[in-house]
Amino acid sequence: MSTSKKAIWVFGDYRNYFQNRVTLQLLSRARELAEKIDGMVCAVVFGHWTDEWLGEALSNNPTFCGVAKEYIAHGADRVYLTDHSRLAAYSMETYVFLMERLARQEKPEMILIGATAFGREFAPRLAKRLDTGLTADCIGLDINKDGLLIQIAPSFGGNLVAEIITPQRRPQMASVRPGIFQEIPHDHNRTGEVINVPLPRDIPADRVRLVRSERRLMREQKLEDASLVVCGGRGMGSKKKFAKLFELAELLGGEVGATRPAVYANWVGHEALVGQAGKQIRPQILFSFGVSGAIQHTAACNNAKFIVAVNKNPEAAMMKLADVAIVADASQVCAALIQELKRRLRLRQ
Amino acid sequence: MLKIVVCLKQVPMVSELPWDPVMGTIQRDIAEGMMNPACRSALETALRICAAEGGEITAVTMGPPMAEEMLREAISLGAARGILLTDRKMAGADTSVTSHILARAIKMACVGFDLVLCGFSTSDSETAQVGPQLAEELAIPGVAGADGIEAFGRTVRMQRSSDNFIEIMEMDLPCLITVTEGEFAPRYVPLGGIQAAFEDGEILTLTAADLGCDPEKIGVKGSATRIMSVTSPTAVKKNLVLTGAPKRIVEQLFARFEDKIGGAIGRDLKAEKTK
Repeated sequence: MSTSKKAIWVFGDYRNYFQNRVTLQLLSRARELAEKIDGMVCAVVFGHWTDEWLGEALSNNPTFCGVAKEYIAHGADRVYLTDHSRLAAYSMETYVFLMERLARQEKPEMILIGATAFGREFAPRLAKRLDTGLTADCIGLDINKDGLLIQIAPSFGGNLVAEIITPQRRPQMASVRPGIFQEIPHDHNRTGEVINVPLPRDIPADRVRLVRSERRLMREQKLEDASLVVCGGRGMGSKKKFAKLFELAELLGGEVGATRPAVYANWVGHEALVGQAGKQIRPQILFSFGVSGAIQHTAACNNAKFIVAVNKNPEAAMMKLADVAIVADASQVCAALIQELKRRLRLRQ
Repeated sequence: MLKIVVCLKQVPMVSELPWDPVMGTIQRDIAEGMMNPACRSALETALRICAAEGGEITAVTMGPPMAEEMLREAISLGAARGILLTDRKMAGADTSVTSHILARAIKMACVGFDLVLCGFSTSDSETAQVGPQLAEELAIPGVAGADGIEAFGRTVRMQRSSDNFIEIMEMDLPCLITVTEGEFAPRYVPLGGIQAAFEDGEILTLTAADLGCDPEKIGVKGSATRIMSVTSPTAVKKNLVLTGAPKRIVEQLFARFEDKIGGAIGRDLKAEKTK
């Protein structure tokens, strides 16, 4: 079943399919990368009843069902599938064991893993077992002139982006942030092979026991889905001044986000953090107050359609990203905006 | 009595980061160091487990010599001793090499450990990879991203939110857990505590040679990944720059973009009176 073609693997992280489509996004990017190295795209799926996993929500469309077929329709040439009752719930140790075994056998050139909570633990463990390199939470992937995977990732706390390669060891591995690449539209005419991989007999017992696992009914996604976000950073100056952003957001019918320094200073809770370790936002309009623009933050909000940034420092990275850059004290502009909005909204009543 | 190892990392102090206005970057060389916040939560978790179950904490860090001050801080908070892994040969290690060095030190200097606690991720690089890789190196079970941990007997139970799930898990000692920030408010350093830690605190300093590390397998040399370039991705956008008095700026902003802003929030923000 092995071919001479170099393979790019994508870990099939289907557990939160409808909220997080990072696997489909990775299949799409893997297709483009595969063109450049004349390679093929494979998805790897571990689970139980994976044929029916998507069935319920997609039952209005009889042309497709099942995780493997879904991945083929979204760009995979081949799907390795291990379907067994033992795999009914995600298990870190078991999945790492299975993936290591399969990778040693099939020798993929690259393995791409979505930076979900599971993926960000799964990837480093797998890289360690395979004794290879890994770049965390990439925001871009490409191929260099030597055919190596360029892993583009935020670097070292500043507004820096590093291009990283794994020159010697294989596979080349990257975990990739959700929302970076655009998925290929579902095409049920696409064909691919599904290879059923039996569960190995020597699979070790799980040392971590899952006592209880509950799916949260409705994940609060207010900030992620907001069409207008008011974001504040250290430049707001104090907790009291930061609190004014809530008043502004309320007037604008938007949500409040924050940078890491603002969260650390305890001006606002961790749930408001916009950034690599927090939330990804993509509002129509982003008001950014007193934000310097570290890459961990900007990479999580630069999909905003229209950015108004306020900062005393015109050279701040956030100001360069903005459509309107206001060189002034952030809290004073915030106060002036509140006043003006109140005036205008009062006129409407 | 539980033998607990807490891995710590010193990171640049976020609120004090010196900004280079010309380069638009952080001047890391003069940045002040602090204990990474999630590591602080890991230490707090260890202190609470010790208070409940009885135990002794060893704080371990790999870093430049100045990281010793962070170990002193850990001792002042209640750790029994600190281990500083410092060597120029270790510099430039990727996460896999870092976990390898930490594992060697723990195996050598913390024989018979029960529980290893790490911060979930660090504020300067945020990879969240060292903890899981350290569990692999030590060949012990591990869980990343726990919000709450309880130990009873030889079992630990933890809760975490992982993607859209709330999971409660158990494992037997010895094991490794990475702890998120936020659940426990870390305690303050007691007055005089750091000074006492500087006078009496036991710090063991180990080099690569002490650990018996193969020089080919550590530092930049041993790292599988290589950084090809580091760039400042400041996209030069053709933007409108507004300056002056805040009130005047806001007027200009609305004059030009009231339709755009109003459209995004579904409200009419025009200034003219309708009646």
